[in-house]
Amino acid sequence: MNLTLKVWKQKNNKTQGAFETFKVSNISSEMSFLEMFDVLNEQLVAEGKEPVAFDHDCREGICGMCSMYINGRAHGPWTHNTTCQLHMREYKDGDTIVVEPWRANAFPVIKDLVVNRSSFDRIIQSGGYISVNTGNAVDANALPVEKQKADDSFAAAMCIGCGACVAACPNASAMLFVSAKVSHLSLLPQGEPERKARAVNMVNQMDTEGFGSCTNIGACEAECPKGISLENIARLNREYISAVLSGSANSA
Amino acid sequence: MALNSKIPSGSIDSKWTTYKSTCKLVNPANKRHLEIIVVGTGLAGASAAASLGEMGYKVKAFCFQDSPRRAHSIAAQGGINAAKNYQNDGDSTYRLFYDTIKGGDYRAREGNVHRLAEVSVNIIDQCVAAGVPFAREYGGLLSNRSFGGTQVQRTFYAAGQTGQQLLIGAYQGLERQVSLGTVEMFSRHEMLEVVMVEGKARGIIARNLVTGELERHFGHAVLLCTGGYGNVFYLSTNAMGSNVTAAWKAHKKGAFFGNPCFTQIHPTCIPVSGDHQSKLTLMSESLRNDGRIWVPKAKGDNREPTDIPEEERDYYLERRYPAFGNLVPRDVASRRAKELCDAGYGVGSSKMAVYLDFAAAIERYGKIEANKQGKQNASKAEIIDLGRDVVKSKYGNLFEMFEKITGENPYKVPMRIYPAVHYTMGGLWVDYELMTTVPGLYALGEANFSDHGANRLGASALMQGLADGYFVIPYTLGNNLADDIRTKAIPTDHPAFAAAEKDVNDRINRLMGIKGKRSVESFHKRLGKIMWDKCGMGRNAKGLKEAIEEIKSLKKEFWSDVRIPGDIKEYNPELDKAGRVADFIELGELMCIDALNRNESCGGHFREEYQTEDGEALRDDENYMNVSAWEYKGDGNFVMHKEELIYEVVHPSQRSYK
Repeated sequence: MNLTLKVWKQKNNKTQGAFETFKVSNISSEMSFLEMFDVLNEQLVAEGKEPVAFDHDCREGICGMCSMYINGRAHGPWTHNTTCQLHMREYKDGDTIVVEPWRANAFPVIKDLVVNRSSFDRIIQSGGYISVNTGNAVDANALPVEKQKADDSFAAAMCIGCGACVAACPNASAMLFVSAKVSHLSLLPQGEPERKARAVNMVNQMDTEGFGSCTNIGACEAECPKGISLENIARLNREYISAVLSGSANSA
Repeated sequence: MALNSKIPSGSIDSKWTTYKSTCKLVNPANKRHLEIIVVGTGLAGASAAASLGEMGYKVKAFCFQDSPRRAHSIAAQGGINAAKNYQNDGDSTYRLFYDTIKGGDYRAREGNVHRLAEVSVNIIDQCVAAGVPFAREYGGLLSNRSFGGTQVQRTFYAAGQTGQQLLIGAYQGLERQVSLGTVEMFSRHEMLEVVMVEGKARGIIARNLVTGELERHFGHAVLLCTGGYGNVFYLSTNAMGSNVTAAWKAHKKGAFFGNPCFTQIHPTCIPVSGDHQSKLTLMSESLRNDGRIWVPKAKGDNREPTDIPEEERDYYLERRYPAFGNLVPRDVASRRAKELCDAGYGVGSSKMAVYLDFAAAIERYGKIEANKQGKQNASKAEIIDLGRDVVKSKYGNLFEMFEKITGENPYKVPMRIYPAVHYTMGGLWVDYELMTTVPGLYALGEANFSDHGANRLGASALMQGLADGYFVIPYTLGNNLADDIRTKAIPTDHPAFAAAEKDVNDRINRLMGIKGKRSVESFHKRLGKIMWDKCGMGRNAKGLKEAIEEIKSLKKEFWSDVRIPGDIKEYNPELDKAGRVADFIELGELMCIDALNRNESCGGHFREEYQTEDGEALRDDENYMNVSAWEYKGDGNFVMHKEELIYEVVHPSQRSYK
């Protein structure tokens, strides 16, 4: 099939960006969306032009590196899907596809479709861990974990940190990301000792980074490639309120 | 130079204990003055950086991705082995050790592998304490499953995302140290040179991939945790960015490369769909617990798989290997699939695939579930529905992934699978302390060659990465740094740093100056085709000799005709890739030389000239029970050093999974 692509091009974070239009032809329906971009880039290199920069690595939907905003949707039209797993059988000959980077103040553009998501790392640094030095652990089966809680914890831990939730949110809020980490760890007995400080510190860091507030729109859940549930945000709110009310803020 | 593996003396189960009790220590005040560079933040790198930071060393960690959490360990699916014997099925440290040595076709070091088996249990404890949500049973205790090459259930898992959960655990530990200031993290940085001062590795030159600037970093020691080099084949299950560059730079600075030709071809990957293919996707080996592998008994059978009756199917692994069935090791399963496809029994439009079928498992689980729910007279359709739910809970994300990529529903039709490059057992030669032949330079995880011999068993890569990072390097590094406590940090205006930076700069300028006509990608594809055709699942002397010549001419062409757009001092992924492909080309040549030199078949290295009557790998223990460690002597010139492998405990025999 032959397609028209309108792609955001921006040299770096100091310059203005703009959409550029490209044509690609002979795209097979079996290609992945990023392989279609490979074709485009090969074509641009052959024409002596600069290829489109985009983030990608594992190409199997787990590393969280790919990050395209396709026709107004984070990771494109498929649900529970990353850009790298989107396949071209979704499109038909003659389609026009608009591709933008994640847009959020806390994710400044590095180049074209590549953004800086180190704000997520700093949120984890503020409390997204269990403080256990190597060698301090008791036997793994010493502490049984109720299966339901373990499963819920795992469901939250499936977050790949791609930032689609932020990109999809009109407020560019990172609540789904933060709540997934708080849920993952607070549902486990191992995470209990730091539970309160974690919730408070991570929310504070989220605010410091310039992410927006949550107004219960739910676009984050709808666009999350791993199906992280809004329930996690409800849980984060409970964790945060109970931590603040018990006066345990900043005890880390 | 004689290779000294530094294996401690004593009985196999006392070596590591003795080492730990007698190695030198560094006191806390001195640790604060010792700087460590960790390159790569996968399981090995993240766990090492976090552990060393906790101990009080000053650590700098580097990754080329945008965050340490993206490292390719994240894509490991099936699980991690540990000799916990929680299932009471006869597992023990010795059995894990034995299975790994046998699975590696007797080409791994006993001392290293036993240590790996010993610390495996600590890894699970550590990960659970750090919040890794492993699968659990209703009683709240950890669940296990089986993997290839073993007869016990010792694999811990988190659905089909075990690597992700383990890496996130290690990453969180790393980020905690970043927040405490013991680790400084450099993302989107690529290591491009090792800096040597007075014969020791004392730092690196790294390129900031966003600005294109070169940076000098000092370290009393440098740890390479940079993964494997499967992308030399272009198509592999590795991430697009996975590369050999850091290891190759170290090799050129004097680090020997061990068994470069030992590559693992994983039997269950989604087949290639066309020329556009950029990477291959693995379907976890755990699927072989329940999936049955088959091809039609008749050549060129074009019927739909569901139309082929039971008696016209050849469940060839169950037929040939009744003891292990579908759970034979990866090299064996891969070879059999290739053989049958080459002989015309393949399925799908390309005919380069075999079926992995869950119909029997769905029915079996459905019946159990119906009984559980008291539905004695459940209809076939009801049973199938119940069975699908069970299979979904075990492998749901893998089935979903298969459907996204192929558009086929594996709950209804069998998956089509074919082998693909997945892991490299070869890597930088290291001694028992994980130090390369360059003093002060270490290699951990897949980047080293040490523990898997000629074939890695499933669920052992995660184990080795974390063993090296959490439990081995904290001891062995201290043993060496104890002699370095009087060494002051070397300022980075030292001539050695300047010279190394100049070398990197010159090379980048040379690449950018070629201004040829062909893209980097096109060279990578051509290299991959040479490697896959002639140094892949089956190798022979004639093909390898041809491959060496073809790679030499490809190298020439690359350095005269590659086109790299953009500038040096900016974000330029084409330039990054060009440097990596240039290194892959040189490595490819060495892999072929090594494969040609090893006149035997063992594990993943299958030389067609050396096979038993029924097509199994035929080892030559007399002449090749050794590690081939290659020394770099200038462009295309390598000298081999042998490390003889001594088996004190296990008696090598013809591997049999029948």
